[in-house]
Order: sequence, then C-alpha cells, then structure tokens
Amino acid sequence: MKCLLLALLAPVLWGQVSFDRILNANKEPQNWLTYSGTTLSQRHSLLTQITPANVKNLELQWIFQAQSLEKFEATPLVVDGVLYTVQAPNDVVAMDAETGRVFWVYPYAPSPEARTCCGRVNRGLAILGDMLFMGTIDGHLVALDSKSGHPIWNVTVANTEAGYSLMHAPLVVKDKVIVGTAGGEFGIRGFLAAYDARTGKQAWKFYTIPGPGEPGHETWSGDSWMHGGASVWVTGSYDPQLNLTYWGVGNPGPDWNSDTRQGANLYSDSVVALDADTGKLKWYFQFSPHDDFDYDSVQVPVLADMEWKGKLRRVMLWANRNGFYYVLDRTTGEFLQGKPFAKVTWTTGLDDSGKPVRVPAANPTREGSLVYPGVQGATNWFSPSYSPHTGLFYIDTWENYSSVFNKLPGDYVEGRRYTGGAPRSPVPSLRGTQTINRTEEEGYGVVRAFDPKTGARKWEFKMTDVTGSGVLTTTSDLLFAGGREGYFWALDARTGAELWRESLGGPVDSGPMTYEVNGRQYVAVSAGNSLFTFALRQAGN
Amino acid sequence: MVFTAGTLFAQHSFTPIDIEDGGRLYRANCTVCHDARGDGVPGIDLMHGKFRHAKTDDDIAAIIRTGIPGTAMPPNNFTDFAALTIVAYLRSMAAATATTTSGGDPARGKAIYEGKGNCANCHRIRGVGARSGPDLSDIGNLRLAGELEQSVVDPDAEVSAQNRHFRAVTKEGATITGRLLNEDKYSVQILDSRDRLVSVKRVNLRESAIVDKALMPSYKDKLSHQELSDLVSYLVSLKGVEIP
Repeated sequence: MKCLLLALLAPVLWGQVSFDRILNANKEPQNWLTYSGTTLSQRHSLLTQITPANVKNLELQWIFQAQSLEKFEATPLVVDGVLYTVQAPNDVVAMDAETGRVFWVYPYAPSPEARTCCGRVNRGLAILGDMLFMGTIDGHLVALDSKSGHPIWNVTVANTEAGYSLMHAPLVVKDKVIVGTAGGEFGIRGFLAAYDARTGKQAWKFYTIPGPGEPGHETWSGDSWMHGGASVWVTGSYDPQLNLTYWGVGNPGPDWNSDTRQGANLYSDSVVALDADTGKLKWYFQFSPHDDFDYDSVQVPVLADMEWKGKLRRVMLWANRNGFYYVLDRTTGEFLQGKPFAKVTWTTGLDDSGKPVRVPAANPTREGSLVYPGVQGATNWFSPSYSPHTGLFYIDTWENYSSVFNKLPGDYVEGRRYTGGAPRSPVPSLRGTQTINRTEEEGYGVVRAFDPKTGARKWEFKMTDVTGSGVLTTTSDLLFAGGREGYFWALDARTGAELWRESLGGPVDSGPMTYEVNGRQYVAVSAGNSLFTFALRQAGN
Repeated sequence: MVFTAGTLFAQHSFTPIDIEDGGRLYRANCTVCHDARGDGVPGIDLMHGKFRHAKTDDDIAAIIRTGIPGTAMPPNNFTDFAALTIVAYLRSMAAATATTTSGGDPARGKAIYEGKGNCANCHRIRGVGARSGPDLSDIGNLRLAGELEQSVVDPDAEVSAQNRHFRAVTKEGATITGRLLNEDKYSVQILDSRDRLVSVKRVNLRESAIVDKALMPSYKDKLSHQELSDLVSYLVSLKGVEIP
C-alpha cells in the first residue's frame, strides 16, 4: 500500500521532467531538456529527419516576436510539444512548439537597480518536474509552474545593488538547481550556489574567489579578492559517473588594470570541477592566470569520451576566449592539449602544463597596447558543438580581431563599474550595427572545425561580420549557425559546405537547437528580437 | 585658473584638473556602452550634444547619477560635482577644437565651397550637390572644427568607415565603383557613381576591394589660411534640418 501511495505521489512531485529524463536526454531527442541539449553540453542532436540531402527544403514555420528590444540570447527548452523561452530581460513564455501560439507569459519586472555589464539579457531556463527555473538580471532565482507560469518561489541569490546579476540558464543536477553570478564589471566576488528545487533553500555555495584561509587565497594581493569579479556567465555541465559539475569562471576585476590584484587570481579565467552534492572543489584548471584582457572563461564545458593516445579518456573540450582551444582530462583536470584557433599575440604559446607564456610588451598601458584577440575574445559565451558522429569540435570564432587595451586608475565603489580601462576595436563589442563597412583585416567571423585529437583544422566557413551565434550539430551531419549579418546557415558538418541559408534580418545572438513534434523535426534560432523555427516543406504545401 | 566649459555652464565652473578627472571617470565608467567618442549608443552622441533624455547639463548630471530605469543606463554613485565634471569633460571635448583656424567668416566660406573649392562636385548640402562624398548638411553637429580642418588639408589622415568606397570588376569586365554602404557574405550595397542604390552580388564579381583612402584632393596648397578658416567656419555652421 505504501509503495502504491509513493507511486501515485511521484508523478505529482516530479510529474513532467524527472532528472532521469534529463540525464538520458539523448533517449528522447525530440525534446530539448537542458540548455545545451544534454548535461554533457555537446549541443548535438540525434535527430536525423533533416539531412544534407534535403536541408534545401527547410522553410519557415513560425516566428515569435518578443516584446523587447534587448538581444534575444535564450536557447529554448522543448518538452513534449511545449516550447519555453525567455523574452529579455526576464519574461518567461510557454508556447506550442508546433505553431508558436502562446500558452502563457510570466512577466517579471526586474528591480530598477539592476546593473548589467553587457545587456539586459537572459540565456534560458532549466526544468525539473513541473517547475521551470530562471535567474534574473536583478539577482533572483525564480521557480514557476510549467503549466501555468505561476511563481512557486523566488529567492535572492545576490544583491543587485552591489552589481550582481544572473544571466545564464540554471543547471539542474538531481534535486538541485545550480546558478552562478555575473557582475564582474562591478567588482563583485563571484560564486556558484545550489538551491533545493522544491523549496528554494540554498544547499551549497562555492565562491569563485577563495576567502582567507582557503587554498588559492594567496593568489590575490591585499584586499583585491573582495571585489575580484570571477563571474559565471554561462551554464555548466555535469558528468553523472564522476558526479562532478563543471563551470567556466570569468575574468578578474578590475578587468584591464591588474596593479591592485597581483598574483594568478584564482579561480578567475578557470574551469572549476565541483562535487555536485556538496559544491566542494575537486580540481581546477586556469586558462589565463593574472588576466588583464578580460579573457574570461565564459564557455560551456563540452564533455566527450574519446580514445586519446590509445586509451579511452573522459575529456573536456574548451575553446577559450583567450584564443586557444584545450583538451583536458575531466576526471583530474590534467592538461592534454592546447592550440590557438585564431590570431593570438598576447602569448608565444602554452608550456607543457598548459600555462601561457606571456609576451612582455602585450599589456594594457596608459597609452594603449594593440593585442589579438580583442576584448571580446576569439570566441565568447556562445556555444561550440562536438559531434560524436564526425568526431569534430566546432567553434564560432572572431578572426583578425584586435583591441587597443588601455589601463586607467579607479577605486572600487559598490555598484559602480570597476573595470580599469576602456579598450577600443574596429569591431563593435556588444551590438552589431545594421551596416558593415569593415575590411577583412579588421576582423570577421568564421566557423571552424577541429579534430580534437590532433588539433588539426578540418575546414572553415567565413562570414563578413563577426558572430554571436552558437553552433548546433546533428547526427545527420548537419551544422547550424548564424552571424551578426543576420544569416542562419546549414552547413555540411564534414566539409563546411554551405547547404542552405536564410536571412533573418537581425543578428543571431543565441545557440540554435532542434526538436521534433508529431514526427516532424524543427530547428529554432533567435535573431534580432524574434525566435524563428524551420522545418522541411511538407508534401502538398 | 578657472575654465568655463560651454555656454550652459554659467552656474558651474571647473578647473582643467576637474575636467581631466571627469574624463577619467568617463573613460572608466561610460565607454563600454558609449565608446570613447561618445557615439556608441545609437541616437546619442555625447560629445556633440546629442542626447535623448536630457536638455540641460544638470539633466545630464542627474541621469549619470540616477540612471534611466528600464534601460541599460545604470545609476552611478557619483557626487553631484563628480557627475558634473563628466558633463564638463563632454562639453570640453566638443569645445576643444584644436584648430589652427579661427575667426573665419561663414558667408565667405560658403562662397569658397560653391566656387573656388568646387566642393559641391562631390558633396551635398540640403539636397544640393553630388553624392560621391559625404553629405555635409549636418557636418557641424558631427565633427569638430579641428577635425574638419584636418579633413580639408589632409583627407587621407582619417577616413571614417562609413566613408569608404568600393571598387569591383564584374565577370563581364565592367568596373563598378561607389560609396560602400553595407556588405555581407553574398552582396555589397553601394551608392554607385551614377547615384543609384545598387546591390552587387559577389558571385558576379571577378575582383573587388574596399578603398579606405579618401577620393578627395588635399586643399592644403589650394586655399589660403584665411580661406581655410572661412571654409571651416562655414562647415561648422551646418547643423542639419531644423525641426520646428
């Protein structure tokens, strides 16, 4: 009787999306249950209805026009025919994934005190059971009923008046919701925290800057650790076998004036591997010690298992803003390989441990110093993709991109920008203009495919403008990506050949995703202020 | 020494050090969005007095301190005085013309523009003239006197990206030239040499290039110092179409 009662209760508690479903998301590729598709974050779909042979027949199905002029950066979730997304800054929308008709909207008015460095944006949601979870630009974590949009709980993760905000889609691991704080340009002390999905009660907290007495604290001179940034801007990953959750950590602050923060500044510009139950640090790897270019490691950790020099290894693929792409052992954090994937002048290369060898003259100065890659990096927060089918790692890249980095004095004042400089570049950082008048020497966007085992570049697809788009691959060997000039492309994932394109009329600033409803595969991507969905033309249309 | 920046600053006086401090605050806090030139946010040009929400310098200082709720403009914890030093810096940038010319006569400058300078052969003002060079109808709002002087005597010194030209040869051998308006992976949009808005498909081109040198001749040895002063004075007076 007791067992029967539990069986009846279980669907009420976690009726819709159990964590087991999220862990095994590849068993139901018609859905998109977590930010990067699965907790391994490969942004690779097993759907194969759309193929290189028929992709030319893709046509627009519906458009959702957001009532927002902010960038549309969210990757939607799709659960059994319902699509959930975020209209920036923080309105949650549920709609019919087949037609785009809206079921409900949860409007959220962030505090007027909200401070964002780089746009009042949101990158997506998490789901568990019948609950959706969203971080807000004013530092709250909100749980909603996925059927009605009614709020269930709302907790303050961090004080927005001190510059904290939440941008990324939360990550659900077991019964917890994990989020990290943005705000590195306002002198925050970054952290990750896990919350009980049912109650919103905090379960653990991990500061991305160690406090007094903790290992790594000595890498910050004086009191600089208190306002050293180390934000979390994008969703992490989870390996269920190791029970580790991996997160990229942002730049140290002030960004471009490192005089007051002597030392390596751990765990800024690092990946941290945390025990998912306790938040305890298992290992870390710092890509850019003592960074003064804003090369924060705001990338999705891509997890893959592959043969590495004759041995099967659990690895992590990481294309970093600093211009290098890395292969790490994700059990131990061991550095396996690192190679530049774009023009780099701030270092002569990596040593055997993966540490960059700095070029002495490449530093921000009062007069300004020209450095590649520029301040937005050789890539940024937008997702790469790994296809187990092709074995290739795909990176949306800014090539020939530079900035003149200058260094300015400035003291910390709570809630004020704390950056120590103002880099300049021929390529606008945060927003695309509607016209382009640039030469190729001034910077352009490109999708590049690499063999992660050898580091060899397999192909590239050049754009005219740069890109804020993520990359999606499918098991049918298609690659979807967009760019600032407003095109959305389907490429051959093996050769880079262009197979299809559509002009969406606005910059693509999100990661494409794919899903299936009633036996029909859809591809969704946002551009400008709208979300677009495509599917193959049906007979008779 | 007390420096008074701009006519709106009757009630506020600032020393050069104050203005330098304002510049430091501006560069550290404002340039990520507004850019060092002040024109990073569409529709706003801080160093040329083009604002959306403010009319007076006190309005600007208030916005710097309180932000604009619901927009990307955040509040800043500056004192009133510190905020006003930023305004003073913006005004000083507008006033710091660094020009060798002064005291020019706009009316004489207009005559040079239309006569000896032959400027209308390439430029256009309020619908009169050619379009191969930049339209100058509101150049007085967009450029400082010193910048205009430099453009007249040394046009290649700085060519804005929006003033670049495009030159191409089609597969049939025809040459296409024009002002580069926009481009993408597949096409280039130009105002061609016959004043037509043309979208050129790259697939039809044999060769193409962006010309980032000015097509304009230098007037360094063609105008006297007084004539140059007059011409710059005329250009500075061009403020665009008045909105009633």
